[in-house]
Amino acid sequence: MKHLPPERHTLSILVDNEAGVLARIVGLFSARGYNIESLTVADVSDDHLVSRITVVTSGPPPVIEQIMAQLDRLVPVHRVLDLTALGPHVEREMALVKVAGTGDKRVEALRLADIFRARPVDTSTNSFVFEVSGSTDKVNQFIALMREVGLVEVARTGVVAIARGAEAA
Amino acid sequence: MGLEIAGAEIVVQALIDLGVEVVFGYPGGAVLPIYDALFQQNRIRHILVRHEQAAVHAAEGYARSSGKVGVVLVTSGPGATNAVTGITDALMDSVPLVVITGQVPTHLIGTDAFQECDTVGITRHCSKHNYLVKDTARLGPVLHEAFYIARSGRPGPVVIDIPKDVQIFKARYIKPGTIAHKTYKPQVKGDLAAIEAAVDMLAAAERPILYTGGGIINSGPVASQLLRELAKASGAPVTSTLMGLGTLPADHPQFLGMLGMHGSYEANMAMNRCDLMVCLGARFDDRVTGRLDAFSPTSRKIHVDIDRSSFNKTVRVDLTIQGDVGSVLEDMMKVWRARGHAPADLAPWWAQIAGWRARNSFGFEQKGVDPSGALLPQKAIQRLYEMTKAKKPIISTEVGQHQMWAAQHFGFHEPNKWLTSGGLGTMGYGLPAAIGAQLAFPGALVIDIAGEASIQMNIQELGTATQYRLPVKIFIINNEYMGMVRQWQELNHGSRYSESYSDSLPDFVKLAEAYGWKGVVIDGPGNLDAGIQAMLDHPGPVVVDCRVSKLANCFPMIPSGAAHTDMILSAADEVGPADDDAKALV
Repeated sequence: MKHLPPERHTLSILVDNEAGVLARIVGLFSARGYNIESLTVADVSDDHLVSRITVVTSGPPPVIEQIMAQLDRLVPVHRVLDLTALGPHVEREMALVKVAGTGDKRVEALRLADIFRARPVDTSTNSFVFEVSGSTDKVNQFIALMREVGLVEVARTGVVAIARGAEAA
Repeated sequence: MGLEIAGAEIVVQALIDLGVEVVFGYPGGAVLPIYDALFQQNRIRHILVRHEQAAVHAAEGYARSSGKVGVVLVTSGPGATNAVTGITDALMDSVPLVVITGQVPTHLIGTDAFQECDTVGITRHCSKHNYLVKDTARLGPVLHEAFYIARSGRPGPVVIDIPKDVQIFKARYIKPGTIAHKTYKPQVKGDLAAIEAAVDMLAAAERPILYTGGGIINSGPVASQLLRELAKASGAPVTSTLMGLGTLPADHPQFLGMLGMHGSYEANMAMNRCDLMVCLGARFDDRVTGRLDAFSPTSRKIHVDIDRSSFNKTVRVDLTIQGDVGSVLEDMMKVWRARGHAPADLAPWWAQIAGWRARNSFGFEQKGVDPSGALLPQKAIQRLYEMTKAKKPIISTEVGQHQMWAAQHFGFHEPNKWLTSGGLGTMGYGLPAAIGAQLAFPGALVIDIAGEASIQMNIQELGTATQYRLPVKIFIINNEYMGMVRQWQELNHGSRYSESYSDSLPDFVKLAEAYGWKGVVIDGPGNLDAGIQAMLDHPGPVVVDCRVSKLANCFPMIPSGAAHTDMILSAADEVGPADDDAKALV
């Protein structure tokens, strides 16, 4: 079963916001040999009792099904949603991208940033830090272009995602 | 509102309120307040083991034989790490336990304090759930919740780590009512439409088989009764995993014996050739399936399990029913009756099975005659069974050849009589498990069928049985080898017996006597019965050193990486050298 082609899935996990819960989730992935492409976590409720963990993972469909089942049986897990399987949803990530350079390269960096709607959030006479957000592909593409104009370093949030429409998924 | 009491007293009071009668443990600095609270009450009996690993196995033996939650109390640091093997064992075999560990006071956590370890970190993936309780007021609710989690759903071990200051500080304790956890809600009732579909598939099958496991035992004795009803109604053959032995009586005409690596030929062939497999509370473990791509290629498969993550983990099935297997069996029987199904004509299927049965795959006398005329281990276990079956004994085992021979040659007729480490395969399990079972059933005959290597892994527990006057019997199948290791070295490693010889064995009789036990030697077929009788006649604990043929191997066997149809029935069966893929398997 593990020889089927891998698929990329975005999972949304609602958990009790208690000590060690992230370690439970991450440990499950490493103990059972599942992939984590990105992971984000933050408290999302008024009373600070519930956190949402967004995990981008990849694996053949039976492995994804197994990941869902394994997550679902952890005691502090409220719900596990496979957003990729559920259908229309929005995925975004944000990156801070530092580029350094002068002259033409500096002008080109600004022009490209404008096309990608990336905003300079820090600047010096020979550098910028751009804030760019969007799909993983868009962020990847922006970073690839920045390599040619003096990329220094990158910080990325990883994917956050939510189902489309009025209802909670 | 009650008075404020110390955390340690809350722990003890909650255990009393939860109906706990026995706690297995070992004191130490970080649990002294709880031990002090235990000292000042007389409702709970504490059993002092000689090593924390044994405390957990004893609690497992107590839990598996009685169906109650086993309770363990150990100290921080080494107390907790010594318990880890037992906790993992209980997770793999779905045994309900609550393990309470002491911890250094909260203000010292993270400072590498004396006997500090990250107990919740270490046990996170070998427990069903765990807690670090930092507030005395939380102790009561956490204890009650822990018992609920341990025994409900797929049972398992729950660890509660309690810093020493939390045991000392005071809070109010109120006995809670029913526990309703906000996220943990096990599904007990199976989906009715799926159950109806399963019943119709079973009624229409020409070559059905019921593949049963430890889930039926965990569900309670009623589930075993319901299995017998379903077997009768459907007329289908039944096989069982190692963990499920006893759900159907060993002499039931529809029982094909255990399946899997050392299972019967008829059970494995029937699994391979069936057209419908109904898996009830088992999990398609690798010992059971053999080579996955050759596993039961022509069957449709139904899987009943309380744990959703067991579905489609290694074997794809056609229909899943999530729920407690006892509840699902009850609904299956209701539907079966409501639809007026009669047993299908399975005569051709049974005729085929009769052909496989005729191979007598567990037979031993006619083959494998030891040149020295030594006692065959199979014979020893067979006689042990025949001479004790009227007493309905509880049997525990260690791990290895003797364990498989016990599964093959000892007949089990009821659930909860068979205690063995299946998933983790923990040598040293049997003696403490027997002690736990003896505490649950003081009047029962409890026998640990052991190997001379395994028994030494928790031999110190002889003292525990002596202290509490427990008449446990240990029947050591002594072949002076780690027999299963030696057998694999013969199969896969050119018979190079690397470190598998049990050198410098103790004189087990003298060792028994040193602990106040009786020791008996059986050194050949001639005094086998007399030795067993001497063991049974002695009212106290007995070690039997049963010396058997040194080189006997455990057959039948599906070699690693092979299919059900490639069973080796005896040593005479030619088997080529294993390829590297097969050698890499365990």
